Amino acid sequence: MSDREAILARVRAAIADVPAAEAPEFDPDRAEPDARYARTGELDPAARLALFVERSGDYRAEVTVCAEDPAAVAAAVAAACSRHAARRLVVPAGLDPAWLPPGVEPVADDPPLAPAGLGACDGVLSGCELAIAVTGTVVLAGGGPAQGRRAVTLLPDLHICVVRGPQIVETVPEAVARLAAPIAARGAITLISGPSATSDIELKRVEGVHGPRRLELIVTDPSL
Amino acid sequence: MTPSGGFPVAAREAVADSQLRANLRGATHAIRDKRAAAVAEVADWQELREAGRLIKERAMRHLDRHLEALEAAVVAAGGQVHWAGDAAAANRIVGDLVAATGSTEVVKVKSLATDEIGLNEALAARGIDALETDLAELINQLAGDTSSHILVPAIHRNRAEIRELFLRELPDPGELDETPGALAEAARRYLRERFLRAEVAVSGANFGVAETGTVGVVESEGNGRMCTTLPRTLITVMGIEKVLPRLTDLEVMLQLLPRSATAERMNPYTSLWTGVTPGDGPQEFHLVLLDAGRTNALRDEVGRQALHCIRCSACLNVCPVYERTGGHAYGSVYPGPIGAILTPQLADLDQGATLPWASSLCGACYEVCPVKIDIPTVLVHLRGKVIRREAGGGGAEDAAERLSMKAAAAAFATPRRYRLAQRVVLPVLRLLTGVPGLARIVPGPLAAWTSVRELPEPPRETFSDWWRGRS
Repeated sequence: MSDREAILARVRAAIADVPAAEAPEFDPDRAEPDARYARTGELDPAARLALFVERSGDYRAEVTVCAEDPAAVAAAVAAACSRHAARRLVVPAGLDPAWLPPGVEPVADDPPLAPAGLGACDGVLSGCELAIAVTGTVVLAGGGPAQGRRAVTLLPDLHICVVRGPQIVETVPEAVARLAAPIAARGAITLISGPSATSDIELKRVEGVHGPRRLELIVTDPSL
Repeated sequence: MTPSGGFPVAAREAVADSQLRANLRGATHAIRDKRAAAVAEVADWQELREAGRLIKERAMRHLDRHLEALEAAVVAAGGQVHWAGDAAAANRIVGDLVAATGSTEVVKVKSLATDEIGLNEALAARGIDALETDLAELINQLAGDTSSHILVPAIHRNRAEIRELFLRELPDPGELDETPGALAEAARRYLRERFLRAEVAVSGANFGVAETGTVGVVESEGNGRMCTTLPRTLITVMGIEKVLPRLTDLEVMLQLLPRSATAERMNPYTSLWTGVTPGDGPQEFHLVLLDAGRTNALRDEVGRQALHCIRCSACLNVCPVYERTGGHAYGSVYPGPIGAILTPQLADLDQGATLPWASSLCGACYEVCPVKIDIPTVLVHLRGKVIRREAGGGGAEDAAERLSMKAAAAAFATPRRYRLAQRVVLPVLRLLTGVPGLARIVPGPLAAWTSVRELPEPPRETFSDWWRGRS
């Protein structure tokens, strides 16, 4: 018998006590009250955006809020670049070219850059798939517009990420619901909450180990 | 796995190390306070815990179909699935896969499952160098040390020790002071080049979603992203209990895990991949499904909930026993309360049989567990199993315990016998506590109790005597 068959046989013998009619999965829509957790948020868009700004800032992302207008985004990108003395930015396919300020040299990932080439860039400018207010998280879906393949947002030491206000959801369940489509398309998903960090040495939090050590978030507010 | 003499002997040595005790006390209290704050922020925390429990319970109670579904989904997404009945099989599979790439080094993401099966040693025996990339795991690997905590494996080392280690072991440590920032920077420089040249990575998995074939790693440093993105080949070793039936299950787990583990609303990085994505990340993906005793635990209707564990380590940080002994005394990659119920079950009680006693049954572990594993109940259940198995062949202490329990049962059987017993026992207790030091020289197996505890002073009269005199 192969290991596969042997393991499955052991599993079946071990759970022989389970009634065959029992539902094999937990269904949040039909949960008993004691397992009914919040799946949707309650905040209006302005409060949701404010919460995202607060929570993402808590974990040392640098957050700039600007108007929902490419020129305002470009100005915020320029300010972020000057904070970090960055000039050459990797730019994934699908990124709005109007987000690029003068003086910044865009580097296309086409043909795909070698890892060393990516690491040698000053930073990367990307969009995102969505963002989660409660946890201050941005979510990237590999292959999605302005998001590129995973290495592009991993190897440069500075990640500037543009989050458009309407992309912000309030809760984690709302975010996971929106991941079904990119996952079905086999896109790799990366959840990012603040810059890379470790607390492995005496539990002292240190920002910046292997991932980008600086995370700049530019949040566009449609009400501005 | 368990050192000779088991937990009691190892714990006695650990408790004698006052520096270790001080480190552990500081660390566990710091994390537990932060966790409590992160949890207090969530209004529906108890509902999330119950949902988490139900998700894992259903996953285990229908494990066969979820594993088959996971396999089908991973294969459909371009991955390959391998099944390993035990540690040796898993090590052989991973070794063969690495050998087939022609590579002699792999980068690794922190993984308890691969620690459990001794993968690094098995690869080394085949001439393959496995490099740990999590900072704490790297520290332990460079020091030839083992993990002492699920989440912060080098919790037993301080910064000065780590600096010494890096100066001695890293090829080009440069000027290195002992701030955590400088030490992390040294690790970054050392590992960056290895990430860029690695052709094979080995990871564990926090979960594998049967519905979609999506596998996930939750981390902080970015070494997980590096390993699951840059190499051409990715090999993931996943215990079969890590399967989640549905993608929506993630909406619960991604809330429970970070707050319980690192006391963060969300950990810095979570990577989710589904098979192989053309042009993005590893172009070859192998998922190794590992049993290695999990089906032993699954057989036990009470004990199987140990398989619900999502490895957050909250139970370690609140445990009064772990706080004093640290992780090494448990003699297992799974220390603390969860280790005390998982380790013996994985080994079918052949190892770690003393671990169910490594607890005061205070219940703090149950209260913090994000998926509501009733650890105290399983501990008591396993004590019974161990005792029953050893009955007949037990040592003197077991015999004494059985004898005293039988005596107690006889005394409690009728009110008359109970009063009689009180009349006999009270004067003896008064004698023992009346003479200083006498209780400490109680002979024989009873000394196991009196050597570490004071006898309470017995009351002047029994409750029933007092009650009768009052009416």
